[in-house]
Amino acid sequence: MSPLGRAAGVVGPPIALFAVVVLLWELLCVALELPPYLVPSPIAVARAGIEHADTIAWSTLLTAAGALAGLGASLVLGSLVALAFANSRWIARAFYPYAIFLQTVPVVAIAPLIVIWFGTGFASVALVALIVSLFPVISAATTGLTRVDPQLLDLFTFYGASRWQIMLKLRLPGSIPHVVSGARIASGLAVIGAIVGEFFAGYGADEYGLGYLIIVTSGQLRTDYLFAAILASTLLGLATFGAVSLIGAAVLRRWRSREIER
Amino acid sequence: MLGSRRVRPLVLARDLHLRYPSGVVALAGVDLEVTRGELVALVGPSGCGKSTLLRAIAGLVPFTGGTLEIAGKSPLDARRERQGDAFVFQDPSLLPWRRVADNVGLPLELLGRPPAERAPAVAQALAQVGLADAARAYPDELSGGMKMRASLARALVTRPELLLLDEPFGALDELGRRRLNDTLVALWERDRWTGLMITHSLLEAVTLATRVIVMGESPGRIVASLAIDLPRPRPLDGPEGPAILAHVAALERHLGSAEAPR
Repeated sequence: MSPLGRAAGVVGPPIALFAVVVLLWELLCVALELPPYLVPSPIAVARAGIEHADTIAWSTLLTAAGALAGLGASLVLGSLVALAFANSRWIARAFYPYAIFLQTVPVVAIAPLIVIWFGTGFASVALVALIVSLFPVISAATTGLTRVDPQLLDLFTFYGASRWQIMLKLRLPGSIPHVVSGARIASGLAVIGAIVGEFFAGYGADEYGLGYLIIVTSGQLRTDYLFAAILASTLLGLATFGAVSLIGAAVLRRWRSREIER
Repeated sequence: MLGSRRVRPLVLARDLHLRYPSGVVALAGVDLEVTRGELVALVGPSGCGKSTLLRAIAGLVPFTGGTLEIAGKSPLDARRERQGDAFVFQDPSLLPWRRVADNVGLPLELLGRPPAERAPAVAQALAQVGLADAARAYPDELSGGMKMRASLARALVTRPELLLLDEPFGALDELGRRRLNDTLVALWERDRWTGLMITHSLLEAVTLATRVIVMGESPGRIVASLAIDLPRPRPLDGPEGPAILAHVAALERHLGSAEAPR
């Protein structure tokens, strides 16, 4: 099959399903005469989307910036924490339970606290995205740094490699595939984190991201607009995940490694 | 007293005991002498401590009783100046992100040799195992046999005096294993390093080695040592065929007596 044909085979079915669902949705809205503030018809959503395209696009960009800042910070911070964990069993034992705390604490519960401490605005949104996406990076990078092929460790030990040499030439490069898969999981979470962050820490009246837009439009029962914002959030999440996956795949190719199944 | 002026063995173990921290006794009273230039095969039931003995000689695991000397030094001291010996692991154990030449040069790199000194040694080691053309390839581009050749080249790159081989070609198919064994014997006949090789094939042991040592299990000890004084090469359908089979049969009897009483 030609590459184009194969691409059509991959993309075709979900697009067809999407078309059918949208059509059914439109028909149901008309047939059941659903009130638009409950379930707006696809046409109404599209109309709202076009009408507010500028605002939605700007909000999406702002949310994307918050999510990417949070994701970038969590990649840097998560890798540093993992390095500390991998180098000291004591540090790992002492701090790991609190790293799990990051994973289990509901972000909606601490977001208000972050607003109290850091105020509203970009930094707080990025901070929430960071908190939500940090744990997968820590966990993946720590696994990558500590789970080394014992024969390779023997090989390095045999030739008298120092801790530093083992870290630089074996553990660090060996952890790359783990970090890549951790970053993929973190990318989706960072977008969610940014949107949740904006629920609480959204910006002022003239600058707001998707989270703030969702809160405002739902409060005003402008459900068609709300749907358009939700759609934009979903697309942003997909785009972020896709971009990180593509970068990750390129890194893995360079590293001659395969994706770590998690 | 001329008769007592024997050549000092390269590997000398006297009443060697090794007990793991878990309490498992892996070696109990191993006496072993390997003279320079010997190619010794080590056979025995699985779990009899063959690998442990090899790792103790390599200085990768500390022994808990008796004496063990490599060229008159303790294994750890011998390891510290790792020019003298080399270890070939069960798996090729190549770093996937390094080209073959950089994998082969790793021991020299860890020993702190400058790049200008490494390059010719790497080229020579690769040529020895017939991998000169694959220097710039990545491990995932090589067949199983070629990977094992690269692993062998990595062991030879320091021009070792003692080569420790832990069932090195066990994962290869019959033909690939035979080819690598031929390469190994050809290199040994040319350079006459000392080899200590674990194998689970008695026929392989008799075909390759100058001497076969049989280990018994629970706990690990040496039960027999059989010199194989046959001309090379040693094809089964050659004139030495019956002698080879007789040696194999003798080894089988020793192995039978080596099994732990049940």
